[in-house]
Amino acid sequence: MNPAINSGLNSATNVLPVATPYFFYALAGLAIAGGVLVIMARNAVHSALALIVTLLAVAGLYLMLYAPFVAAVQIIVYAGGIMVLFLFVIMLVNIDRAAKDRRFNRIWPVGLVAACTLLALFVSAFVKGKALFPDRMMALAEGSNTQEIAKYLYGEAGPLGQYRMGQYTFAFEIASLLLLVAILGAVIMTKKKI
Amino acid sequence: MVPITTLHYLVVAAALFVLGVIGVLTRRNVVIVLMSIELILNAVNLNLVAFSRMWGNLHGQVFAIFVVVDAAAEAAVGLGILIAFFRNKETINVDEIDLLKW
Repeated sequence: MNPAINSGLNSATNVLPVATPYFFYALAGLAIAGGVLVIMARNAVHSALALIVTLLAVAGLYLMLYAPFVAAVQIIVYAGGIMVLFLFVIMLVNIDRAAKDRRFNRIWPVGLVAACTLLALFVSAFVKGKALFPDRMMALAEGSNTQEIAKYLYGEAGPLGQYRMGQYTFAFEIASLLLLVAILGAVIMTKKKI
Repeated sequence: MVPITTLHYLVVAAALFVLGVIGVLTRRNVVIVLMSIELILNAVNLNLVAFSRMWGNLHGQVFAIFVVVDAAAEAAVGLGILIAFFRNKETINVDEIDLLKW
């Protein structure tokens, strides 16, 4: 490990991370508020913008989980790529008519009840399975073991790449094949005449 | 203040997942239904990364990246279908997409 980073971290050993819970609650609130806006907005463009807010807040949560690479992928691929695609399509289909229409379908109470049942299932699973989640790694995040955090922070893109080219090589190739098929499918379906 | 644990992240992810499910089940605009699916996939990703943090290895993060790849493919194909459908029927309402219904 880089000695400069090491000593820098050691000198900061006694400094506990300040206000981590506040950051977590702020980001979580932002993510959930964005999610509510996504499903409530009348205009699809507003939905897309709210979804971008949610994606960025989730990227912040990834950073809090010491996953900077996933956070970067989230911002570049989701907020940069997929959302641009969404906005393009919203502009292509007519938004004027869709914005004046009813927002929800006729059987929305059924959908709401189904979703609330799912929420109850989640809550009961979390309440019953609370003991299943040991908090040892989480306790570490609160600043007890800075070496471990440094390994996470500075040595991550390396190990992640090794995984990719190591035991996940086959899955990686399948993923590239999937993307190729998706590109071909999108182009062929969007073409007027083949 | 209570320190943040895995369970906190799981609760946030569950809330996002349920919001996405509500969007899929109740909205009429296909674009917003697709965005709700993205919301669901994000909730799953948050779970994967939180568990990866909990166990202290990187497998969950690798899986999360594969889920992002899947989401990109799904968005491309879904929006392609949407464009083709809009060209034929001049509508993007889920209610009016009933060609396969009898």
